[in-house]
Amino acid sequence: MTTATATMGRRRLGRLEGAALRGVIVRELVNFSSFWRSSTFSSTVDPTIYLLAFGFGFGSLVSTVAGYSYIDFVATGIVATTVLFSGAFPAMYGTFVKYTFQHTYDAILAAPVDTEELVTGEALWIAARTGVYGCVPMLVGIVFGLDPSWGMLLVPLIAALAGYGWACFGIFIAAKSNKIESFSYWQSGLLTPMFLVAGTFFPLTKLPEWAQVLGNINPLYHCVELVRSAVFGTWGLVDLWHLGFLVGFALISWRLAIRFMERKLIL
Amino acid sequence: MHMPSAIHLRGVVKRFGSIAAVDGLDLEVPYGTCVGLLGPNGAGKSTTMKALTAQVIADEGELEVLGYRLPGDSKQARAEMGVVPQLDNLDTALTVEQNLQVFTHLYRVPAVRRQEAIERTLGIANLLERRWSKVEELSGGMRRRLLIARALLHEPRLLLLDEPTVGLDPQVRQELWALIDSLRSQGVSILMSTHYIEEAERLCDTVTIMSHGKAVAVGAPQALIREHAGSEAVEVYGSPSRLSEVEFEARERGWRTRRTGTSIAVLRSNGDGGLEGDRRVTNLEDVFVLLTGEEIE
Repeated sequence: MTTATATMGRRRLGRLEGAALRGVIVRELVNFSSFWRSSTFSSTVDPTIYLLAFGFGFGSLVSTVAGYSYIDFVATGIVATTVLFSGAFPAMYGTFVKYTFQHTYDAILAAPVDTEELVTGEALWIAARTGVYGCVPMLVGIVFGLDPSWGMLLVPLIAALAGYGWACFGIFIAAKSNKIESFSYWQSGLLTPMFLVAGTFFPLTKLPEWAQVLGNINPLYHCVELVRSAVFGTWGLVDLWHLGFLVGFALISWRLAIRFMERKLIL
Repeated sequence: MHMPSAIHLRGVVKRFGSIAAVDGLDLEVPYGTCVGLLGPNGAGKSTTMKALTAQVIADEGELEVLGYRLPGDSKQARAEMGVVPQLDNLDTALTVEQNLQVFTHLYRVPAVRRQEAIERTLGIANLLERRWSKVEELSGGMRRRLLIARALLHEPRLLLLDEPTVGLDPQVRQELWALIDSLRSQGVSILMSTHYIEEAERLCDTVTIMSHGKAVAVGAPQALIREHAGSEAVEVYGSPSRLSEVEFEARERGWRTRRTGTSIAVLRSNGDGGLEGDRRVTNLEDVFVLLTGEEIE
């Protein structure tokens, strides 16, 4: 029997194993059961406030934007903020807290889990949450007159894909930051401008050319455009470009997150 | 060829910048034994412990854990060993049972055996009554027992304990010693880093004393005491100038001495020499101070 276990044990465990990913996700799930209320509150109330404030505030000044009623335009654009609030921010703060204060990663990496699996599992979990929360502004929008459509069923998938990329990017930011104060630079210098220049509240086409160029390299913009195509059924070839951009962003952020977490966790 | 051991390290070096935290360490934990890793702060104990789970990658040397080569096969090794960390890393918002439940998944306990593993380890750690308590409601001793339970879910063959009783009351410490001792008697191989010398003397079959990243002595506690400190020590009390005098005299006669703060302990005199002072049995602490130096760096 000993020989049997020994031989079995010699089998080299691979990379990105399902068992390891499941372990990481189960840990997140069980922990989520103790704080889902606050998390769901901030992830749904924040975008809803933006939606109502801009929808009614601006909506009273402008009736249509880029061919849509303003409330429709904002209800579909606001998914960009959800992706940040449910994807990037929880990833940044969660990773930082687990690393610095809770020493969680020491415990997980002492089990048969590698950094690659740790990062991937946590990002997948955040992506799933973002997919769900991403629908909230749309549902609120329906209450205020957005027409339901079958394409809306794709929105959770789009939000989850964007959420995965931003979760990985958030983990990358946390891995690069030795102090939580450093987050301010990322938030004010990168994330806030990005969520404004994403065609969220106003169309990119009305902005100066340099801002349009910046918008085109902004993953949030591509996310918003895909959501609008899905909800309004305005698909075109350009959506392949939007989708490709989001996939590329997710892949690059994923590898960056793993590389920098390894530098931090494996000495 | 070497005899198979649960842990086998040869010439392990780990540098951080220009400082070698571990500097050519040899370490052996034979199967079924409890080995203590002793050393002052900064001797390289923690770095060594981290290297065994591949959270530190050695620059040089040979590392084998449960027959697996590190770092390449470290994941397999981790699947078969349990780790009790020095820093509490429990999920404090979860209950005792939830903490264990999460780690049955991380340690890949098959679904049908998960509940059984939780019950078994709750029993070992004497936490059956507290299964519904949140971790934040537990005492320090209970949290440490939960950390041990968590490390035993997958019935590991090897257990790494990093300073298992640091910061605990003496009563709680004794309770943990009993727990560790019973694990060893069940055949679990144990490597325990500690700077409580008494702990090592009581629990360990052999100890490795580290200083500046190297092993400076290896052996059974009693053998090390006989070899380095002799059978009896004489504690001489007096004014600082008297102590310096005794120290000088003893060294002239080829004995070793050790300052204890209020007295000077003369070692290896084995009771003769007619020194005025309190006679006592030598202990591992004498050896530790002799070998790792009296100065605090």
